Amino acid sequence: MAAVTKKSRIERVIVTTLLVIGGITVSIPFLWMISSSFKPESEVLNIPPTIIPETFTLENYVNLFESLNFAVYLKNTLIIVVCSFVGLLFNAMAGYGFAKFDFKGREKVFYFVLATMMIPGQVTMIPVYLLLNEMGLTNTMAGIVLPGLAVAFSIFLFRQFMTTIPTDLIEAARLDGAGEFYIFFRLIIPVAKPIFAVQGILTFIAAWNSFLWPLIIANDEGLYTLSVGLSLLQGQYANNFALQMAGAAFMVVPIIIIFSFFQKFIVEGFTMSGIK
Amino acid sequence: MKKLLNQAYKDRHPYLFIAPAVILLTVFSIIPIIIAFVISFTDLDLKGLADWSNINFIGFENYLGLVEDDTFITSLLNTAFYVCIGVPLVIISSLSIALLLNYGSNMLFSVFRSVYYMPSITNIIAVAVIWGYLYNTEYGLFNFLLSIVNVDNIPWLEERTIAKISLIILAVWKGIGINMIIFLAALQGIPRSYYEAAEMDGANRLQMLFNVTLPLLRYATFFVTVTTLIGWMQFFEEPFVMTDGGPLDGTISIALFIYKEGFQYSQFGYAAAGSFVLFILIIIMTLFQFKLRKSDTEY
Repeated sequence: MAAVTKKSRIERVIVTTLLVIGGITVSIPFLWMISSSFKPESEVLNIPPTIIPETFTLENYVNLFESLNFAVYLKNTLIIVVCSFVGLLFNAMAGYGFAKFDFKGREKVFYFVLATMMIPGQVTMIPVYLLLNEMGLTNTMAGIVLPGLAVAFSIFLFRQFMTTIPTDLIEAARLDGAGEFYIFFRLIIPVAKPIFAVQGILTFIAAWNSFLWPLIIANDEGLYTLSVGLSLLQGQYANNFALQMAGAAFMVVPIIIIFSFFQKFIVEGFTMSGIK
Repeated sequence: MKKLLNQAYKDRHPYLFIAPAVILLTVFSIIPIIIAFVISFTDLDLKGLADWSNINFIGFENYLGLVEDDTFITSLLNTAFYVCIGVPLVIISSLSIALLLNYGSNMLFSVFRSVYYMPSITNIIAVAVIWGYLYNTEYGLFNFLLSIVNVDNIPWLEERTIAKISLIILAVWKGIGINMIIFLAALQGIPRSYYEAAEMDGANRLQMLFNVTLPLLRYATFFVTVTTLIGWMQFFEEPFVMTDGGPLDGTISIALFIYKEGFQYSQFGYAAAGSFVLFILIIIMTLFQFKLRKSDTEY
């Protein structure tokens, strides 16, 4: 037994060292982004580069809001986030419908939903644009938000989770005279909290990062999201790397903070979904 | 009578629950694929969009045009390059990291789990901006680090093959996280007793890895391979934001080709035909993998 522990100790040191080296390598882009975003415009172009800013400045972050329209982009991005949570509710409702009701054509409709997962985004991109164009929804917030509301994979995960909720619980509530929607909002949602947590975080991240669709639909800068604004910034201030890094940090840091608070749920979520 | 009414009332609810999501999916996924299929046989462009009478049915002309289109052929070859190098790299690195992370369960390991996962939740534009700076030939960190060890400046994004590899490095960095989590979930599902049994039989670490762990990860590996392959065949955002397909179409992928034809040149019919070719390629590759898996299921 002693030999085993000794061997494990050496192994442990090797594993830890490998993890640390790899971890630092993976984080370099983030660390470099943070450090450069606090440097003045001239210092970013120094060769050799300074690792820690010599003159620490917040000027880049102020510029995002003063010279650029980051406040508008932020507002639009937050609107998309809020709308995507309505979509999340729709997905949860559908998941519950497929999991806990027996109705005609249930299997067929569910396979139909799953089949949409296989369609690549590039195939639907052009026809969806044409459809929205016919509906007169190009260059509107509705046009940006609507196509992404229902997510087949999310419906699937909700269904998987909700089949595990005991039917007796729902029957008991029905006997007490509770309406179906009352049951869903007051009983199912609290019970399904773990899956809501996972899906909530993933939905937030996806909405916060949304880029391509806003880019296609929005012609007006008043509808741009943070991502679209950042790519605009990259084009306009091609050599002001400090400003670019500040813009990137402004997008990335909130996600990292949210993620580090909730990362436990995400990992559990994958275990829960049965992908093993 | 009352019973019948009650029945109808009861039946209504499931449909109410699934209706919003199913209607949205129908309008934005099912109907579009039918439209895409139809317009791929037409010459729909901006003129056709303004007035439907300008749309002509041209049969297989779009598909035949694709075969002769040098840019499309280049995009096919580039996508093959991305897939052949990127997919194995993502799978090997995410599996290795998952194995390392599975080694312990203290604070350090959960911190590093987050560190490795972080790139995959980072916004692609932010990623492009950061890596664009790192890859910059004059002021970038990478070329500076290389200059310390006396390596000449590398034109990371300015030479056709190097640019492809640079994009793959970035995409692998971003793609590890999610697959690593899937492998990790699978690793944690392996019962301890299997290892104890192997240990009793005198198996060493390496034998355990190859004869216990890896075979038991078959399902996870299959899942990761299929999803990664589908993802890489649609490789789009990295070349779109980093190089716009350049230099000289050196990094253009099929997905980017479709986007450009559709939204930059407004050749909607032609782009739809391109997207169907991509769709069919994805289906073929996926079926091929399922077939490969079937042939070795007796375990």
